[in-house]
Amino acid sequence: MRKRGRLGGTRPWIAAVFLLPALVLLGALVAYPVVFSVYRSLFDASGDGFVGLGNYGELFSDDGIRTALKNNVVWVVVAPSVSTALGLIFAVLTERVRWGTAFKLVVFMPMAISMLAAGIIFRLVYDQDPERGVANAVWVGVHDTFADPAPFPGAKPRPRADLGRSGGGAFMTRSAVRAADPVRLPLVAVRQEDVRDARRAAPAGPRPGAVTGTVWLDFTRGGGGRPDVIDGGEKALAGLTVEAVKDGRVVASAETAADGTFALPAGKAEGARLRLPAGNFAAPYNGVDWLGPMLVTPAIIGSYVWMWAGFAMVLIAAGLAGVPRELLEAARVDGAGEWQVFRRITVPLLAPVLVVVLVTLMINVLKIFDLVYIIAPGSSVRSANVLALQLFQSSFGTDVDEGLGSAIAVFLLLLVLPVMYVNLRRIRKERRR
Amino acid sequence: MTTVRGALRGGRGGRGVGAGRGSAGGSLVSRVAARTGGGALRVFLILVALFWLMPSVGLLLSSLRSPQRIGESGWWRVFGEPAQITWDNYSELLGNEKVMGSLLTTAAITVPATVLVVVIGSLAGYAFAWLDFPGRDGWFLVVVGLLVVPVQVALIPVAKLFGAVGLFETTAGVVLFHTAFGLPFAVFLLRNFFAEIPRELLEAARLDGAGELRLFSRVVMPLGGPAIASLGIFQFLWVWNDMLIALIFADSGSPPVTVALQQEVRQFGSNIDVLAPGAFVSMVVPLIVFFAFQRQFVSGVMAGAVK
Repeated sequence: MRKRGRLGGTRPWIAAVFLLPALVLLGALVAYPVVFSVYRSLFDASGDGFVGLGNYGELFSDDGIRTALKNNVVWVVVAPSVSTALGLIFAVLTERVRWGTAFKLVVFMPMAISMLAAGIIFRLVYDQDPERGVANAVWVGVHDTFADPAPFPGAKPRPRADLGRSGGGAFMTRSAVRAADPVRLPLVAVRQEDVRDARRAAPAGPRPGAVTGTVWLDFTRGGGGRPDVIDGGEKALAGLTVEAVKDGRVVASAETAADGTFALPAGKAEGARLRLPAGNFAAPYNGVDWLGPMLVTPAIIGSYVWMWAGFAMVLIAAGLAGVPRELLEAARVDGAGEWQVFRRITVPLLAPVLVVVLVTLMINVLKIFDLVYIIAPGSSVRSANVLALQLFQSSFGTDVDEGLGSAIAVFLLLLVLPVMYVNLRRIRKERRR
Repeated sequence: MTTVRGALRGGRGGRGVGAGRGSAGGSLVSRVAARTGGGALRVFLILVALFWLMPSVGLLLSSLRSPQRIGESGWWRVFGEPAQITWDNYSELLGNEKVMGSLLTTAAITVPATVLVVVIGSLAGYAFAWLDFPGRDGWFLVVVGLLVVPVQVALIPVAKLFGAVGLFETTAGVVLFHTAFGLPFAVFLLRNFFAEIPRELLEAARLDGAGELRLFSRVVMPLGGPAIASLGIFQFLWVWNDMLIALIFADSGSPPVTVALQQEVRQFGSNIDVLAPGAFVSMVVPLIVFFAFQRQFVSGVMAGAVK
């Protein structure tokens, strides 16, 4: 610490007056609680029985707390490094972009809002229903691009039609088909939205050399439709796969046209039975259960990165502004590519800043509470548990054990200490410069 | 912290102004590089920015749809049918006494907690910088050392303490808690800032016959403006956005907005028409502060994020 001037001529009691409010508050609400917590952590839930380090032992034996510890490790390893990496990438990329400021503003903005608001925002993002949660909407969209979604999930044959279940969700005609005799395959229980734009069904005419037929929604809106007859307004089911099966083998297959008709080559399909495979009717892919027990912690870490990558970016950008230009230019003139300049010069020069960012985020992440508390739904809150949340539950939740709560608090303090030491030493070094 | 100031505004980048260009900044090489690689980079950055905006936009658009619409389809349907946008949820919210009252409670907690930290922190910071008393630097280290204490450590002990003196579940209690935990950083920041004040200035004021208090309020505080602004904004947002401490120490009868909304989260799904606009209303003040005081906010966050 640098020796600074002191103004002479002040009496000590004046200093006392200036310091008193701060020292009283700090003493009563910050320093004393540390002592009390350490003391209290040595006693049982009631506070009467001395248990020594028993509560600390429980930290490592209780299943719920072990999950919390494990999750905290995941948090501390993943969240700061991902945030810092993204921050570094963004800072370097925006450095030479004209509207870099606008970009930084966008990425940094989440820092200003509360973790509660961020939690609500991400509850919505991760909503299971692909029609509400954007994460699953995108996921399902991508999935369905590569795997065709079933055209008519949940549809089934009209009762008493010549179609029976053939296992695995498929349906098969009971009688064999012949070329001269168009088949009618009436289905019901089709979802409204699947036939909203469908055309009217057309009866398939007999065609030489082909087994023909129609698949349609045998249901007339407003009533009046006759079963097993293609009535005027009834809708075609287009894009449905129809297979001809002989002796358990698929010999031909076709897809229904816009008017619901299909045609199979008679040479192969004559005398076969027709099957509507299960793929036509499978329940729609519903996306990933982001907030289920498996993915809840990574999902919440995602929301944290959304909030804090901007912090890393801005700190790193500030450090980047201090990197001597000449060095980079010299390297470029010497023929180093951008990637080499980045790896060999920029990153090493930024190392001190990167350490600061990582360390600061680690301290922050060790105490993570709000995001987990808000985002994890009741069903997976146990899987998402973290120390600060466990501390809250043990201290003020349903089954209170203040001894255990205090032990977790002291444990948190011990975890933060070494990280903070690194940070404070850095601050002091910076001061000295 | 000086390196950090203006980090958002002036990277050396785009508008890096004439000064940079002449010396080393936008040399020919880097400008050429910017041209050639510019297209892909631009697209990438725009995509990232959109990606980053999307979650908030989702909440915003959700808050502007009727509960029925929210229930049946995603917020992105608004783009196909902009007519469905409605202010109904917000006008409904204005009549929701619980949420509106909670905003008042939040203000009633945040403003005093910010003012107190600034005042008490300045007093102590000044004393540590310029007053003469035994063990000064030792005490300063102790105060700064308290930065390491996580708020979680104080929850049980302070709850008991407040319970004993009748401060539990009161606004005053929450204010005191936030003030105390804001102090180590405040004292650290302000002491270092005040120490840079030229000695001559203070001595001249002293010669003019200014007493200690006068000197503090007329000379030191005004000079401390930038540091006080950073600190004040950081503390303001910290307290405004806090949920944990409010959850435990605030009056559950008239909780601050974070707690009021948190209680709504329990029925998430059925009440997005309350939650979404509520969350946005709670974000309005922080966002205004953020956009109005970017620079101070950045330097405050930089320095204070260890908390």
